[in-house]
Amino acid sequence: MSYRIKDQIKELFQYKYALIGIGILLVLIGISIYTVIAIPYHQATYLWRGGEGIWLDYPRNAMPSWINFFLPKKLPETIILDTQKTQKGVTKVIVPFGEQASKVRIELTFNYLYDDFPSEINLFYSAKYNVSSPHLTIYWIKPEGQRFKLRELTLRKNGAYYISNDGKLALNLQNYYSQKIGEEPNYVMSPEIGLFAVEDKSVSKLETATPLKGRYLMVIEGTLFEKNSDVNVKLVVYGKVYGAAGTDHLRRDLSIALLWGTPIALSFGVIAALSIAMIQIIIAAISAWFAGRVDFIVQKITEVNMILPFLPILIMISVFYSFSIWMLLVVVIALSIFGSGVKTYRAVFLQIKEFPYVEAAKAYGASSLRIVFLYIIPKVLPTIIPSLVLSVSDFVFLEAAMALLGLGDPVAPTWGKIIEDAYSTGALYKGYFYWVLEPSFLLILTALGFALLGFSLDKIFNPRLKER
Amino acid sequence: MMSGETLLSLIDLRKWYRIKRGLFGRIEYIRAVDGVSFTLNKGEAVSLVGESGSGKTTLGRTILGLEKPTSGKIIFEGKDLTELDSKTMSWYRRETGFVQQDPFGALPPFMTIMRILEEPMIINKIEKKERRERIYKALEEVRLTPVEDYLKKYPHMLSGGQQQRVVIARAIILNPKLIIADEPVSMLDASVRIEILTLLRELQKKHDLGIIYITHDLSTTRYFSEWIYVMYAGKIIEKARTQEMLKNPSHPYTKALLQAIPDPDAKNRFIFREIPPGEPPSLINPPKGCRFHPRCVFAIKGLCDRKEPPEINIEKDHLVSCWLYADSNK
Amino acid sequence: MSDEFFEVEDLYMYYRTRIGPVKAVDGVSFSINRGETLALIGESGCGKSSLAKSLIRLLPRNVEIFKGHIYLDGEDLMKMSESQFRKNIQWQRISMVAQAALNSLNPVIKVGEQVAEPLIIHKEVDKKTALERAREVFSLVGIPEAFIDRYPFELSGGMRQRTIIAMALIMNPEIIILDEPTSALDVLTQANIMNLLKKIRNESNISFILITHDVGLSSELADKVAVMYAGQIVELGDAENFYSSPLHPYSQKLMASVPTLRRDKTPEYIPGAPLSLINPPKSCRFADRCPFKMEICSKEPPVVSLEKGRFVRCWLHAK
Repeated sequence: MSYRIKDQIKELFQYKYALIGIGILLVLIGISIYTVIAIPYHQATYLWRGGEGIWLDYPRNAMPSWINFFLPKKLPETIILDTQKTQKGVTKVIVPFGEQASKVRIELTFNYLYDDFPSEINLFYSAKYNVSSPHLTIYWIKPEGQRFKLRELTLRKNGAYYISNDGKLALNLQNYYSQKIGEEPNYVMSPEIGLFAVEDKSVSKLETATPLKGRYLMVIEGTLFEKNSDVNVKLVVYGKVYGAAGTDHLRRDLSIALLWGTPIALSFGVIAALSIAMIQIIIAAISAWFAGRVDFIVQKITEVNMILPFLPILIMISVFYSFSIWMLLVVVIALSIFGSGVKTYRAVFLQIKEFPYVEAAKAYGASSLRIVFLYIIPKVLPTIIPSLVLSVSDFVFLEAAMALLGLGDPVAPTWGKIIEDAYSTGALYKGYFYWVLEPSFLLILTALGFALLGFSLDKIFNPRLKER
Repeated sequence: MMSGETLLSLIDLRKWYRIKRGLFGRIEYIRAVDGVSFTLNKGEAVSLVGESGSGKTTLGRTILGLEKPTSGKIIFEGKDLTELDSKTMSWYRRETGFVQQDPFGALPPFMTIMRILEEPMIINKIEKKERRERIYKALEEVRLTPVEDYLKKYPHMLSGGQQQRVVIARAIILNPKLIIADEPVSMLDASVRIEILTLLRELQKKHDLGIIYITHDLSTTRYFSEWIYVMYAGKIIEKARTQEMLKNPSHPYTKALLQAIPDPDAKNRFIFREIPPGEPPSLINPPKGCRFHPRCVFAIKGLCDRKEPPEINIEKDHLVSCWLYADSNK
Repeated sequence: MSDEFFEVEDLYMYYRTRIGPVKAVDGVSFSINRGETLALIGESGCGKSSLAKSLIRLLPRNVEIFKGHIYLDGEDLMKMSESQFRKNIQWQRISMVAQAALNSLNPVIKVGEQVAEPLIIHKEVDKKTALERAREVFSLVGIPEAFIDRYPFELSGGMRQRTIIAMALIMNPEIIILDEPTSALDVLTQANIMNLLKKIRNESNISFILITHDVGLSSELADKVAVMYAGQIVELGDAENFYSSPLHPYSQKLMASVPTLRRDKTPEYIPGAPLSLINPPKSCRFADRCPFKMEICSKEPPVVSLEKGRFVRCWLHAK
């Protein structure tokens, strides 16, 4: 066994699995670095807390958009037409009418070429006026020319017309189709289906209903009663897929939590594993070196602590005190330091304590502190490193498990939190598999990376495990 | 008895280890060193000869200060070490060097040779510039040259003989006055042993060092020490100058030891050697009286099994603890 | 074919390591008569332990080459299969006392049972009879019969070594290989064990192959002496000739380095280090450390046969 770090690293690279493990970890580290720079933590927590309409333009429970690559029926993406933005397909004309008033006509047009209906349709508006609120009428024109009057609206300063929730519209559409095809649809037709469906027998069954592909037009005509009044609208036709990771029940882009979960998981795991190992080494060294009373007390504390059940106690504490994730880290470390590692390391130290070179050091006057830190611990370190690396994934999973039990940090965007959200809203029951699979995949990938690296390190530092 | 400046003086030194037998057990003592007295002069080498279980290693470690004596005194350069304070101990550690049996085990495997030699000096607060000089000098003295070749190496890259040279270099680097060498060559090859022992002898002469050379191999003592002390069951039973001891071994045990060692001779295969029956005694309950008496063919019943023999001066510079010589006190 | 009692001819044993093949036994030949003892002297790393194990076919896991002839009473043992060898030769006609074997006794089994084990395994004798025989062998080696029921930790070092010797004796072998049988023992115990071996030799016709680095110790039993260096035997001769006048420069240096108790001489040491067994040079392997080095020593020296049973591997003695 060589003692130069360079030689050891060279040896490590000879193991295929180690390279794969290192590769995985480098990817995760890369993601962490990128995330920390690109999305600062406070911004991430702000975004993740949601509220204030941050996510209003995002679809609910949308699948990741790359899934369309594998599906025969292409799922729609979100279409947003905003009069406040210069976009193709948006026109707004205001024509004065009389002294104060003006007539406004807004046309929003888009091409719909997807094989499935949108998940939701909302129309957001904002109006500028003093006293008299503007009045609008909203029309919908399908590709084949069918025209529907959706609603008449009297505007407030800020508001929204939730088209897909409009019950009256839904009923009207249902009657329209029943008349047209001679059959009642056998399901409750909601506006996002009705406004897009192909108008033939296919619409009578939910499984067979298909959207009509083509150019859609929303026309908004209205009156502004004051000079300088203005009105702006934003039509959002929500898709069923979004982004790299999809969205959750609060419309939040999952990739934020997945990305941010990476540095949190890595730092939690590594800090926990490292601190516990280092503290345990020091405790074991002191216990072994000073023997006698000190040894006795430390061993008894360790034995009692080892019997106490770690996870139940952790759960009990967190039921009473709500933890931030860093507090959780501290508590985990505190509960773990008098663990079995102390016994193992102590056994190793007791052996090394008797080695001739330790005796020689005593003979030339080395102090106890020096011997423990400069003579004993360096000899022990190589054997500790593999188990340290392997234990990192334990702590990553621990944090996820605590989150899953609802006892983790309520605001930190972690993988465990994603799974917890998914679970508490019945994701699997509703078929939102991606919501559970994505964080699980990352958790397993992390564990795999550390496991491969750890086992390869074990082979190097424990020569007996080497194959010929 | 000896002339010259006294370096080390042991007066009735004892080292007992406490052990407890059983859960509520009686307390018993392993009497590893049980009343040892001798004087070592500056620049002299003593071979301390004994088999395993004789207590010789414990004696060496007690002299070094690695074990605290149970009773008795150790006086070094006039200072009584048994009244230790930490300042005296630090001074004493600088004045003594330790050469151990296992050359590889005696060197920290994760330090370079340079670092290994630096450690004693760092601890004893020697300045950086002087440290470098001393390292070069020490490696030259143990003939590990060119020095640069060895500084950056790790112990496992050296042969056994080279490792032991590093151990010796480390032992002399603080310019001590006394070296304790515990079986320094027993783990080395036969052809290397002489080399290392010769080196030790040269260093001793050059630096006027006192050496206590602990071994079970009498045949090497002949060339490397002025004195031979024979140890049995925690006590020194015979002391003499080397030539005298080898020519006139007096204690029955010493005689048996000498007789048991074969020199290369084709006739040896036809001779049966006379060996005292039995085994060395337990150090917990040593035999009453002379500790060798159960195995001694000359044991005088009623005397040897009752009273411990005193140290008897049978010749100038030759002492024996044996009742057979009770009338020969000179 | 051979009409000697035990003859080894051109034995090679190499084993594989990451760095290269270790040529532990590199062309060894010697012979001994019935009842004769051969001492094999060499320092650590010369291959003597590998040779010992090769003779009893305890080969390392990564053995690469194992060839040559080992004739026992005319029969070439190398031609036997593993199972044949194990069934007929191993431990029955040739047995071994391994280095530091006294420390490898099973601590949880009584010594009597351990000594009886070879009988039970090889000859399928029942336990009671085997223990009887163990008792006999114990008295042969000087252990009180009551010790049959003791555990190894209750025995002293000397006693444990006698137990190991008993284990080697129990099947009545014709050859016992002893690899450093006394290196872990004290001087007096060592002399005791050597006395025991002398007694066994006198009372039976067993041949010993005594492997040691201790030249003095070798003379306690040797009828013949072989000196091993870097995987080869560099000198072979009978004891009288060897101890009084060794021929090979290495043997001479070895003799000169022995510190003697009785003879007044200053021991010399051999400068340099022993050769590694990986990639030995094509020249004489001792050349670099030899005081008599000549130009021709850059070629491998021949085995020069001087009289019957005496040879040297050295250019100094070549015609």
